[in-house]
Amino acid sequence: MTTLQEPATSPEIGGIGHSVKRQEDDRFIQGGGTYVDDVVLPNMAHMAILASPFAHAEIKSIDTAAAAAVPGVIAVVTGELLAEHNLAWMPTLSGDTQAVLATDKVRFQGQEVAAVIAEDPYVARDAVLLIDVDYEPLAPITSPQQGLEPDAPIIRTDKEDQTDNVVYDWEAGDEAATDAAFAQAVNVVELETFYPRSHPAPLETCAVVADLNPITGKATIYLTSQAPHAHRTLFALVAGLPEQNIRIISPDIGGGFGNKVPIYPGYVVATAASLLLGRPVKWVQTRTENLLTTGFARDYHMKGALALDADGRITAMRAEILSDQGAFFADAQPSKFKAGLVHICTGSYDMGAAHVKARGVYTNKAPGGVAYRCSFRVTEASYLIERLADNAAHQIGMDPAAFRMLNFIKPEQFPYESATGFVYDSGDYHTALQKVLDEVDYENLRKEQEDARAEGRYLGIGIASFTEVVGAGPSRDYDIIGLKMFDSAELRIHPTGKAILKLGVKTQGQGHETTFAQIVAEELGIPSTDIAVQEGDTDNTPYGLGTYASRSTPVGGAATAIIARKLRDKARLIAAHLLEANPDDLEWEPGRFFVKGSPDQGSTIQEIAFAAYTNHPEGMEAGLEGVHYYDPPNMTFPFGSYLVVVEVDPETGTWKVDRMVALDDCGVRINPMIVEGQIHGGLTEGFAKSNMQWLTFDEDGNCIGSNFMDYLVPTAYETPKFELLETVTPSPHHPIGAKGVGESPTVGSPAAYVNAVIDALRPFGVTTLDMPILPDRVWAAVKAAD
Amino acid sequence: MEVNVTINGAARTAEVEARTLLVDFIRTNLSLTGTHIGCDTTSCGVCTVLLDGTPVKSCTMFAFQADGHEIQTVEGLKNGELHPIQAAFKEEHGLQCGFCTPGMMLVGKALLEENLNPTDDEVRWAISGNLCRCTGYMNIVKAIQTAGAELSAAESGATA
Amino acid sequence: MYPAAFEVTKARTLDEALAKLADLGDDGRVLAGGQSLIPMMKLRVAAPTHLVDINEIPDLDGIKQVNGHMSVGALARHADVVRADVANHTVAAAAPWVADPVVRNRGTMCGSIAHCDPEGDWNSVMLAVRAQVVATSSSGERVIPIDEFVKDFFTNSLQEGEMVTEVRVPNYAGAGGGDYLKLERKIGDYATVAVAIHLDLAGDGTIAQAGVALTAVNHVNTRASDAEAILVGNAPSEELFAAAADAAAAAADPVSDIRGPAEYKRDVVRVFTRRGLASALAKAQD
Ligand SMILES: Cc1cc2nc3c(=O)[nH]c(=O)nc-3n(C[C@H](O)[C@H](O)[C@H](O)COP(=O)(O)OP(=O)(O)OC[C@H]3O[C@@H](n4cnc5c(N)ncnc54)[C@H](O)[C@@H]3O)c2cc1C
Ligand code: FES
Ligand code: FES
Repeated sequence: MTTLQEPATSPEIGGIGHSVKRQEDDRFIQGGGTYVDDVVLPNMAHMAILASPFAHAEIKSIDTAAAAAVPGVIAVVTGELLAEHNLAWMPTLSGDTQAVLATDKVRFQGQEVAAVIAEDPYVARDAVLLIDVDYEPLAPITSPQQGLEPDAPIIRTDKEDQTDNVVYDWEAGDEAATDAAFAQAVNVVELETFYPRSHPAPLETCAVVADLNPITGKATIYLTSQAPHAHRTLFALVAGLPEQNIRIISPDIGGGFGNKVPIYPGYVVATAASLLLGRPVKWVQTRTENLLTTGFARDYHMKGALALDADGRITAMRAEILSDQGAFFADAQPSKFKAGLVHICTGSYDMGAAHVKARGVYTNKAPGGVAYRCSFRVTEASYLIERLADNAAHQIGMDPAAFRMLNFIKPEQFPYESATGFVYDSGDYHTALQKVLDEVDYENLRKEQEDARAEGRYLGIGIASFTEVVGAGPSRDYDIIGLKMFDSAELRIHPTGKAILKLGVKTQGQGHETTFAQIVAEELGIPSTDIAVQEGDTDNTPYGLGTYASRSTPVGGAATAIIARKLRDKARLIAAHLLEANPDDLEWEPGRFFVKGSPDQGSTIQEIAFAAYTNHPEGMEAGLEGVHYYDPPNMTFPFGSYLVVVEVDPETGTWKVDRMVALDDCGVRINPMIVEGQIHGGLTEGFAKSNMQWLTFDEDGNCIGSNFMDYLVPTAYETPKFELLETVTPSPHHPIGAKGVGESPTVGSPAAYVNAVIDALRPFGVTTLDMPILPDRVWAAVKAAD
Repeated sequence: MEVNVTINGAARTAEVEARTLLVDFIRTNLSLTGTHIGCDTTSCGVCTVLLDGTPVKSCTMFAFQADGHEIQTVEGLKNGELHPIQAAFKEEHGLQCGFCTPGMMLVGKALLEENLNPTDDEVRWAISGNLCRCTGYMNIVKAIQTAGAELSAAESGATA
Repeated sequence: MYPAAFEVTKARTLDEALAKLADLGDDGRVLAGGQSLIPMMKLRVAAPTHLVDINEIPDLDGIKQVNGHMSVGALARHADVVRADVANHTVAAAAPWVADPVVRNRGTMCGSIAHCDPEGDWNSVMLAVRAQVVATSSSGERVIPIDEFVKDFFTNSLQEGEMVTEVRVPNYAGAGGGDYLKLERKIGDYATVAVAIHLDLAGDGTIAQAGVALTAVNHVNTRASDAEAILVGNAPSEELFAAAADAAAAAADPVSDIRGPAEYKRDVVRVFTRRGLASALAKAQD
């Protein structure tokens, strides 16, 4: 059932469904945010890193004498020095190893080779340029196809048992059943496509201030971290520091989008330097370092096929993926799933069988594979199926909207077990798409398109009806290097009825300080503005896996609702004591228990809180505080339908978006204003990737896109204006019915933009184009048709 | 060399190298960290400040060039109460991570000084030297327009 | 990123700047808007030893009409040009597309012309409109036609001790029109391809003077002389414009790169020349 929600609480309480203004904004609009680069400690030194100019080269020697001689330089760090402390290599989030500072050879352009610690960042940069490295260039591998060639040089010569460049082979689904369905198919639709490498590029680059106190042994590490607790454990494992002595503080984060999930070599070097020097060391990445070395996303070469029956119904899907992993396997994703959750690629469609095969390959590129506004490769999956759906419709001469309607999983089929084993919690795909079609007057729009073509104008209409999977995870299936993917919330209600909520997740702009307070407000009736939310300081928050893959609301949000409910249960007992009533005779309304039948006899949550510390019943523990670790029973499955209208100039190949209508169903919306903001951001990312934003490499492995002149991020001028619609299909298993939203639009929208441009160019016989759809690609496709 | 500026109305002095960038002077020497750094190529605009009222990218000026000039940063927007542009950014949800926000607000303020009633396209044009990775710009545009309406209401209130 | 160390002279008068430049010879470098020089210094692509900052010199920022031309001073920023009531259509069309709005508040037209970046917009505009550059040194002034001024890849024809103090854009003799068509991937991007168009019509409606110049498709901004020759003396027509467009495309010798293959860029030159001539003509006849 899809219903639009009515808030249950008053605006003063500001529970679920209220567009409460954000608490965190007050500091940001006054320049009072504290990002890592704003942290200044007494006696702090500054670090700069020397990057490899080559994609693949042996290191013959490193001469640091000139750098060390620069006045103001405190130390020069090389891999050799780190090796003495067993820190030259570190584990990745996928259980591989990664060089901290290169010792044997460099494996991608920009790889960290040495570091200078100086009194001043300008001096550190001066000195780093004086380090003299003698490289012997090796043949670079710049694509997974090349990496698989029989005579390809082996990149990971450091790993004894690695005799080729294959990282993993992985599969999901039922191959035999899929083959059988394809054998029976009336039509087979095939698509080969490349989802290019992309970079989250948050405006704040990654940074660290490492402060190892030589007297107490306490390591306080200010870090741009989306997962501070996991990072603390990793630091303990990597650096061999006792975990109780490590405190990670992730202060305000200037955007993350997955980029700030991994541990980067610079963090380790700065920490090691602080340990060796006994002073705080700051390292703030340059933009080039950020783009060149840190967590990229996508880079999937995909082949997909759909088997159709005579009516145009999908009977099976096949997907084959070749993944460009870079030089170290560093995907930030659950360890069981080597290719993430790409097997969600059956999407919104009901089909009997599916089979997915994925192979990861080492190349001479930066490591990464982060979930960039995406839940572990769902973006690639969604793109593949939505491109295939459009091509299938055209191939059999059906309208792409009608084709989707025919093949959608029906509302009554939920919970729905997909051919690759996911159990979709809830959905109503038909209503979602229909609302979008109505909004644009689809039939009329198709007519307009025809009329425009007659005038030599090329309009295109693109649809994508995606299904996401977010909120990892049930811990039986989901862990990151062994750490189970639960999350936590600790709620302390103070005697005056105000509260502090401490979380294991970490906001990077999503507005946790407001939305999580609203969840507590909903459950306890305490005004959301009376609740402080604390995150990011591992000494002061409960353990959690962090914020990425849209898991904060599904997991951290659920933990919050449940701990609030537990405290409400205790509050009932205290209220009963205060009112001298039987707990079962009390009724709850937002903010207050009252005696059934006598509504004026009651205790407010504030009175109860005060009593919890001043007048609690005998035999009961004092206080109104608690912590809950939530292990979700299942993932949640947000969905939506997007429709894009573009106009293409076939002479120059440029295209612009005329309309972008987006319907998102993310279950219950805690704060509609913030949800819409998240959707705007995600839709922009989708546009960016379809239009301009990618990381590419030349044949020598040089990265093209290592600064913001080459890695193109759209401005307000290019960005489309979005029209938002919604339906609300709550998640049945989530305590408040929420599903998570930050990533759906990035997952769902790229295919809509691409389908639209291809649709515009159908008169030229164009059936496929890869992202980004650059003007010269359109021009070439049109020319090829001439 | 010595650099003297008036920043957010206060006279400040610091001794810097000729090569010290204005953004580092503001952040490090003057400890005003609301002005941010986001790129190496003058592309992102998170370092934007007002120099004698005009938006400039402070990563692409030397500190010595500001000597004798007036600078306004995000910290100087509030004058007793929030400036309407600050209030509007909160009201319209014009920010998420907040990293681009100081630059966006200052560019918005400069635009409104020329035009209190800019269209959607005019705002988009004016802020196109500043990147935002979070908001998709929709609500930034709205916030600047809301601040314009607020300012013009205040203005017509004052003249009425 | 941080520039290497250097010395600086903050000139308070033009004479002071010129004296210092004369004194420094090869070691001196003018700092105007800094929107090309400072990014290059931060990336350490440039490391000048001595900067002569001209920003505090009074009266260099004028944009004014004198003796049949528009004079743009060395400290006129791109934004000043956008705001000014510029009669020349090519200049007016190009100004809003140079860099981004905040960069335009600092960057100067003269600095851009002096910089001779083949991807820069202004030199194509200046070639099309046949501008003159005023070079001043402590020993006097030279007026240099733009074709002589723009010498090579990032190379102008200034001599030691000289700086650009002014650029002169001639007024139309008859009915004039112009346009600047730029293909950029986003705001703040340099041109993939751009074409500057200038038309000055004779009383009988034929083309008395034509300017066609190209950005980012050669190692230096280029005048498409053959295209101009096709146009001059003839009555405007679609066929004529198409022929000129083909000639302009032939004058482009672009490199294939991330922005597209050479054939693509050449074809866009053709399309832009054709479209630009049509819109310039419309403006001239308006
Ligand atoms: C993000 C960004 C995007 C940009 N996009 C574009 C674009 O799309 N198109 C475009 O054309 N430009 C673009 N630019 C460059 C911008 O237009 C610069 O302003 C211009 O190139 C240089 O002018 P300036 O005054 O800043 O010169 P400076 O940077 O100060 O100087 C540049 C060079 O010219 C010399 N010079 C400057 N003035 C004089 C003078 N009066 N006499 C002698 N020599 C002098 C300097 O010594 C230096 O070598 C962009 C810049 C940035 C940062
Ligand atoms: S820091 Fe990016 S423009 Fe200044
Ligand atoms: S709010 Fe995060 S970059 Fe704009």
